[in-house]
Amino acid sequence: MEFVQNVPFFSIMISMFSGIVSSVLPGKVARKVNCFMITLVTAMSVWLLVFLIQSGIGSYTFMMGHFPAPFGNEIRAGVLEATMAMFFSIIMLLALWGGQTKIDEEIEESKHNIYYILINLLLSSLLALIYTNDLFTAYVFVEINTIAACGLIMIRQTGRTIEAAVRYMIMSLLGSGLLLLGICMIYDMTGHLLMSNIQETIAKIMAEGTYSVPMLITIGIITVGLAIKSALFPFHSWLPDAYGYSTISSAAILSSLVSKGYIFLLIKIIYRVIGYEHVANSHIFNVIFIFGLCGMIFGSVSAIWEKDIRRMIAFSSVAQIGYIYMGFGLGTEAGVVASLFHILMHGATKSLLFISAMGLTDVSGKSRDFFNLTGAAYRNKVAGVGFLVGSLSMVGIPIFSGFVSKLMFAEAAVQASPMKMFPTLVVLAISTILNAIYFLKTVLRIYTPEKKEVEQAKGFVRISWKEQTVFTIAIVLFILLNIVLGTNSKPIIELLIEGLHNFM
Amino acid sequence: MFGPNLLANIGEAVAMILFGIGFANLLFQKNLIKKIIGFNIMDTAIYLFLAEKGYITGRIAPIIVDGVQSPEKYINPIPSGLVLTGIVVSVSVTALMLSLTMRLYKRYGTLDLDEISAELRKEGR
Repeated sequence: MEFVQNVPFFSIMISMFSGIVSSVLPGKVARKVNCFMITLVTAMSVWLLVFLIQSGIGSYTFMMGHFPAPFGNEIRAGVLEATMAMFFSIIMLLALWGGQTKIDEEIEESKHNIYYILINLLLSSLLALIYTNDLFTAYVFVEINTIAACGLIMIRQTGRTIEAAVRYMIMSLLGSGLLLLGICMIYDMTGHLLMSNIQETIAKIMAEGTYSVPMLITIGIITVGLAIKSALFPFHSWLPDAYGYSTISSAAILSSLVSKGYIFLLIKIIYRVIGYEHVANSHIFNVIFIFGLCGMIFGSVSAIWEKDIRRMIAFSSVAQIGYIYMGFGLGTEAGVVASLFHILMHGATKSLLFISAMGLTDVSGKSRDFFNLTGAAYRNKVAGVGFLVGSLSMVGIPIFSGFVSKLMFAEAAVQASPMKMFPTLVVLAISTILNAIYFLKTVLRIYTPEKKEVEQAKGFVRISWKEQTVFTIAIVLFILLNIVLGTNSKPIIELLIEGLHNFM
Repeated sequence: MFGPNLLANIGEAVAMILFGIGFANLLFQKNLIKKIIGFNIMDTAIYLFLAEKGYITGRIAPIIVDGVQSPEKYINPIPSGLVLTGIVVSVSVTALMLSLTMRLYKRYGTLDLDEISAELRKEGR
C-alpha cells in the first residue's frame, strides 16, 4: 500500500485533532491553526486525487483498526470522494477568509476559538461522511455535523439566531431520527453495517423476493430523513432564518457544504448500500422528482417576494437544492452526474453571493433592505463584481459554472423518460426566468448610482479593495473557481462520471 | 395480517408506535420542553427496536465467565453497542437543545416557539 492512501484517514484525524487543540488556544492562533489545517487537507486531497488518477486504481478500501472486513470499520476512497473533499475544503477556506472581518466583529472575543473548533469539527464530520464505508459511522458523523452546524448558527448571539438554531435542530433531529431508524432496519435485514457487505446481502435477499415491503419502507425513511436534513422543499422552514441571521461565514458554509454533505451521503446510500436498481424499482425517484420541481419554483417565487437580501439568497438555496433532487429524480446516470456538478457549482456560487452580499450591506449602513442597496456596487466595487458574477452564474450565463450545470440538467432531461422530460424542461425554463428576475433585479439595483447627498444623509461609506485585502482575495478566488468550473467543465465532469462508476 | 406475526414481533410493533408518538410530538408540539421529550421518546423507541432485534430468548450477554465459547450460547453484541452509541448521541443533543431552550426562556420568558417567533417579528430584527 502506498503512503498516499492514508490521506483520507489523516485528513479526518487532522481536522478533528486541530479542533481539540484549538480549545486551549487564543482566538487568533486558533484561526491560524484552522487555516493551516484546511490548506493541508486541500493539498492532501489533491495529492490523493492525482494518485488515484495516475495509478488507475480508481478506488480502494482502508481498514480502520485491526479487524478485517465484516467486523471492523472501513474507509473507502475513490476519485469522486477525493474531488468532493478537495472542493469542500477549498470552499470552506475561502468562505472563512471572506467573512473574517464579520467573525471578529459579531462574535464575542472570548468565543473566537470556539468558532474555529466548530469549523474544524464540521470539516472532519464532512470528510468522514464523504469517506466512510460504514453506515453507523455515517450516522454518528451526521449528528456531529448537525451539532457543529447548530453551533455555527447560534454563535452570534441574538434572539433571531437562537430561534433559528432551535428550528434547525428540531428539523435536523426529525431527519436523523428517521435516518437512524432506516439504518437499524437495514442492519436488521442484512446483519451488516459495512456498505459493501450490505449491498451483497441486499442483492441476495431481493433476488429471493423476501423483505420487499420493509426494504421499500427503509428506502423511503432514509430518503425522507436526508431530504429533511438537506432542506428539500416542504422541509425548508428553518432555512431562511438560519442562513439569514447567522454570521456570514456560517451562512456560506451551511448553505454550500453542510446540506451537500447529506446529499452526498444519500448518493452513497443509493449507489453503494441499497443498489441503484432496487432504489429505482421502489419509485422513490418519482417522489423526490416532484418535490424537487416544486422546490425549484417555490424557492424562486419566495425569493422574489423577499426584501431582505440575505434571506433572498437563502431562498434561492431552496431552489438550488430542488435542482439537485430533481437531477436524482430523473432516474438516469446523466441526471446524477448533473446533480453532482450542481453540488460543486452551488457551493462555489452561493458562498460568493453570501460574502459579496455582506460586502454590499456593510457599505449601506448595515441595512439589508433591498432599497438601501442602491449604488452599493460603486461604494464597494469588489463586492459588486462578486455579486454580479454570482448572479450571472446562478441565472446561467455561459462561461460561468451555472450555465454548465443547467445545460447538463437539460441534456439529462432529454435522455430521461418522456413523462419526466417535458416537466423538467418547462420547470427549468420557468425557474431560470424567476432566477433572472430576482438576481438581475438586485444587480440592477446595486449598479444604479445613488445621489451623493442621499449617501451622505444615510451615512453610507465607500471602501476600496486596499482596505479589505483578505475579502478581495476571497472574492477573486471564488470568481476564478466559478470561471474554472464554467470553462473547464469537461475534465471535471469526466472525473465525476469515473467516480460514479467506481461507486457501483 | 394481525395474526401470529404481530404476536411474535410485539416489541417491534410497540417500538414503531412509540417512534410515531415521539416523532409527532417533536414535530407538532409548541412547547419546547415537550418537543425535547418527544425527541427522547423517538430515540428511545429506536433503542427498544434494536434491543428487541438483538435479543434471542434463552441466551445471555457475550461476556465469557465460565469458559463457554460457543456462539450458540450468546446474543449478538453489536445491537447493544449501537444502542450505547445512540444514547451518547441523544444525550448530547438533548443537552444542547435544553441549553438553547434556557437561552430562549431567559430572553423571552416563554417556552412557546410560536410566541417567540411572534415576539421576534415584533422586534423587527
